Amino acid sequence: MSIDPYALTVNGREHEISEGWPGESLLWVLRERLGLPGSKNACEEGECGSCSVRLDGEIVCSCLVLAASAVGQEITTVEGIAPDGTLSDVQQAFVDAGAVQCGFCTPGLVMAIDVLLDSDTDPDDLTVREAISGNLCRCTGYGRVIEAVNLAAAFRRGETDL
Amino acid sequence: MSGTRTTDRTGVAPRTGGPGIGESVPRPDGVPKVTGSFAFSSDLWHDRMLWGGTLRSPHPSARIVSVDIGAAVTITGVHAVLLHDDVPGSKAYGLEHSDQQVLAGEVVRHEGEPVAIVAADHPETVRRALDAIVVEYEVVDPLTDPAAAETAPPIHPDGNLIRRIHLRHGDQQVVGEVQVEGTYEVGMQDQAFLGPESGMAIPVEGGGVDLYIATQWLHADRDQVAACLGLRPERVRLTLAGVGGAFGAREDLSMHVHLCMLAMHTGRPVKMVYSREESFHGHVHRHPARMWYRHHADRDGTLVRVEASLLLDGGAYASSSSAVIANATCFAAGPYRVPSADIEGVVVRTNNPPCGAMRGFGAVQTCFAHEAQMDLLAGALGMDPVELRLRNVLATGDRLVTGQAITGTAPGAEVIRTCVDHPSAASIAEDPMALPGGAGRTADPAHVVRGEALAVGFKNLMFSEGFDDYSSAACRLADGVATITCACAEVGQGFVTLVQQIAHEVLGVQEVVLEPASTETIGSAGSTSASRQTWMSGGAVQKACEEVRVRLLARVADEHGVELDGLVLVDGLVASLTGDLRVDLVSATSDPIHAEVEFRHAPTFPLDEDGQGDAHVSFAFSAHRAIVDVDVGLGLVKVVELTTSQDVGRVLNPVQVVGQLEGGAAQGVGLAVMEEVQLSDGRIRNASFTDYLVPTALDMPPVEIAALIEQPEPGAPFGAKGVGEPPSITSTAAVAAAIRAATGLALPRVPVRPSDIVFGGGAA
Amino acid sequence: MTIATSLEDACCALASHPDALVLAGGTDLMVAVNRGDLPVHHVVAIGRVPELRGWRREGDHVRLGAALTYTDLLQPDLAVLQPALAQAARSVGSPQIRNTGTLGGNVATGSPAGDTIPVLAALDAVLELRSASGTREMRLDEFVTGVKRTALEGGELIEAIRVPVLDGPQEFCKVGTRNAMVISVVSLALVVDRSGRTVRVGLGSVAASPLRATEAEAYIGGHLDWDGGRPPSAEVVDRFTELVVGATSPIDDHRGSARYRRHAVGVLAGRALARAVGAA
Repeated sequence: MSIDPYALTVNGREHEISEGWPGESLLWVLRERLGLPGSKNACEEGECGSCSVRLDGEIVCSCLVLAASAVGQEITTVEGIAPDGTLSDVQQAFVDAGAVQCGFCTPGLVMAIDVLLDSDTDPDDLTVREAISGNLCRCTGYGRVIEAVNLAAAFRRGETDL
Repeated sequence: MSGTRTTDRTGVAPRTGGPGIGESVPRPDGVPKVTGSFAFSSDLWHDRMLWGGTLRSPHPSARIVSVDIGAAVTITGVHAVLLHDDVPGSKAYGLEHSDQQVLAGEVVRHEGEPVAIVAADHPETVRRALDAIVVEYEVVDPLTDPAAAETAPPIHPDGNLIRRIHLRHGDQQVVGEVQVEGTYEVGMQDQAFLGPESGMAIPVEGGGVDLYIATQWLHADRDQVAACLGLRPERVRLTLAGVGGAFGAREDLSMHVHLCMLAMHTGRPVKMVYSREESFHGHVHRHPARMWYRHHADRDGTLVRVEASLLLDGGAYASSSSAVIANATCFAAGPYRVPSADIEGVVVRTNNPPCGAMRGFGAVQTCFAHEAQMDLLAGALGMDPVELRLRNVLATGDRLVTGQAITGTAPGAEVIRTCVDHPSAASIAEDPMALPGGAGRTADPAHVVRGEALAVGFKNLMFSEGFDDYSSAACRLADGVATITCACAEVGQGFVTLVQQIAHEVLGVQEVVLEPASTETIGSAGSTSASRQTWMSGGAVQKACEEVRVRLLARVADEHGVELDGLVLVDGLVASLTGDLRVDLVSATSDPIHAEVEFRHAPTFPLDEDGQGDAHVSFAFSAHRAIVDVDVGLGLVKVVELTTSQDVGRVLNPVQVVGQLEGGAAQGVGLAVMEEVQLSDGRIRNASFTDYLVPTALDMPPVEIAALIEQPEPGAPFGAKGVGEPPSITSTAAVAAAIRAATGLALPRVPVRPSDIVFGGGAA
Repeated sequence: MTIATSLEDACCALASHPDALVLAGGTDLMVAVNRGDLPVHHVVAIGRVPELRGWRREGDHVRLGAALTYTDLLQPDLAVLQPALAQAARSVGSPQIRNTGTLGGNVATGSPAGDTIPVLAALDAVLELRSASGTREMRLDEFVTGVKRTALEGGELIEAIRVPVLDGPQEFCKVGTRNAMVISVVSLALVVDRSGRTVRVGLGSVAASPLRATEAEAYIGGHLDWDGGRPPSAEVVDRFTELVVGATSPIDDHRGSARYRRHAVGVLAGRALARAVGAA
């Protein structure tokens, strides 16, 4: 029982989704229908942040977005925040700071931090921690992640190179 | 001590200085992981693939009267529904004992035990098919109290006692002038890795199968899978798929055999991904423990004797329970000289969820107990708890309660001193977000009390008790590029980085290629557990590279007619010490040089009937100092700061070491204040990330690294000890002790629940 | 699937599919869908209906569109009018959840642990329900009839929620066993209405449906020094918290025991009162 075809705008490109099932989440469609597995599937109930994407600019859990309801909205995934073959400042900071271990939470954290730094390039420690409090990481204890935020923030303030 | 180097935090540069040992070399998989292009096991995809699913028992204990799959198989899109009788080979598997059913036959022994598996064209079809399978159960009263297990009717043909160790050490008649006694309890912790169990099996023409799976030990999986499929091991090929964390939970099989059965039955690739709820049912947990202790000491604080009785709940199947109870028992007295000990360790079978490996492996539970006892003893003696620990802490040459003398490094005193001497950076919070209760705005500073405490612990590195523990690695040097083959499972710890560093260090090569980990290309690397891969697979890679180096130098000596001992390998050049011969690596290896090795650590031996023996290879020590704020009115806790010192042998990659220390501590904080798989009559009540709480960034404090104690360990590659487990051992004990210090409560149980603080409960 | 772009649109779609799922933010609904607990046939998405996304002041009230997100409730010009609602909104889930979850969705889910529920209860919020056949109004306590049960009828949606603008301090607090992203074990909203000389207390996670501590409210309203502004005595605070606790009927569950909940709600009541009116 598939639903009518619909189109999603992901990373600036329009994709037609045909033969979709009615209850499919945006996360599912990104991963399994559009070949964009960067958004991760750790809980599928909005409690881990691994599937975070930007929906019309705001950070959301793509597992809680009904895919067919996102028609006409601008969806940005971790695959779309830097041109192919390059890294965004936050991505580079993650590599440099050693903020990556298993990496499963990493795309979601990168997205959440990207959003944070878009509005605040000099966040204090509590602001950073609140901004990423919806992104569970089981490997790092958040220490190097916060170091990465600080690196990326300094870069956006023009104080350092990456 | 000579040879000791202490690396402070300033040694942890975020940017790399070079590619060799001791540098913060960035991970080679870092870029694909930050861009989302790294393929985790749940990202596997195949044009013709089907989706698999598992029907699980809703009952902790029941007889299966009948299973009707008639309706399920007729659903359009369903390709296979398989049951116990469809398991082609051995019906059971297990790490230490083959006692766990691939699919339940006559009985189910725990909630969530797999009963049937399905392959279909879409996960929604899978779901419907699973719903359409009718299982008639005759429910049996579950055995859920581990204390009753030994006298209860057996729930498994192997009986309810999995292992008992009765360790007796030294003079059994000795009594201390001061004695303290306590009973402690640790709840069931989940590894809660983020990447759910997932994988894909692809049938191979002619009867074999390829399995792509996230695991900790490919070869052990392969052997178990092959036995269950009734195939020779070489017909089953396992390749490591991207692993989203492990922490012990991927040491046992989960979906492995199921996927292969479905693929071989349908002739199609089959992919399976557990949901988070299913993951809680689909892997083993940390053993819950009840522990009674009596410590004896002289009035001057010298430990005289430790008595303990440890009861671990193994759940329905054995998994690695036998090894866990051995660790719990061997390390029950903590990192202290204890001349007399009587420690009984028992692990039993119940109808609770199966328990097995988790980071810290038996030492986490006992560290919580022995450190509480040490604080209690300090109180009884009127002695400073740090002094008490320093007076008794183990050093090289001392004997464990197993009678084994420590021959390697044992900087117990150094980890304590550096940790307590490190200045605290903790300030008093004003923003409610930084107070206990955080975003809930519950705390008033007037009701918040601060506590500080220290905990010390240690643990064995690598496999013990005579296990033939080895790792295989190969190095091929061709055109100046080193290609390393090793089946070590990268689960996030950074082995992939270490391979680059080791190959560079030994061979001076700039380019290092690590082949995918697979059972096809090389022998076993052993498990990514027990803090063993840096030593074992790192050691194997080092040995393989060194052999290549020896052959390379011999070749150049031979080809140029020079003396071998006059040649060195420096900066990508083979050169003579006299300087008149310089051959670059690329041309010297246009004809490839290859070496394949097995690396073993020094042999270990079984424990005798008194739990005595040289059962372990090496030990790592750590200390944590915790500072906590407690809202005594509501029983809420904010961990304000953790400071740690750790015995690391040698730092191979500073940033990766720090990552292990911070991450391990976070899991310890979780166990101390929030993480518990809650059971009710054998059923998990909180199988979700909504209700199984793991620390967020607002729960985890900064970790101050007071010192990385570098005393190179004899026999270890570059002197490096494994660093993964100690952080999760002492952090829990330290946080719990700090809450005690803040509240004056006994708090004999972790996780410490708000009600334990408010009502002074938590009595075991 | 209907993505409604106007209120009329939404009501028409619901009229032709009265059994349709109404999707606002999806933060509760999609959890059930992902688990396979909620079959999906027809969906009417209302999250982008402009009439539901706005708010405006109407005299001594604020009329809040049902599809305002928790993040929307944090905007300063609204938060200054409805501080407890903003405090509650900030305690919801994570930034991701606050960006999508809606006020109307929190009410329609009808969970005893809904974070805005105690605030709306304390404010005597009035719900405006809308369907193709018209509108009706309902008080929150009439609307939520039990655990995750509401009086919402097929074809109907929550259009708006009206709350009064009160002159006086407001406090929301919530106990959870984690410092962020946690479901409440107990929550409490206390709002002071200086002109009406009342204190109102809404409680969360301590009863099956929205709960007001009416006896406690009456008691404290009669014992506050409204003119002089002196803080209440310790005896008065104790009696007040006792009455708050007495209003509850909590249960034991995996998030907390009834005993702890009773204790904690008393603590919250005392602290919220002290923050609002001072402590002797």
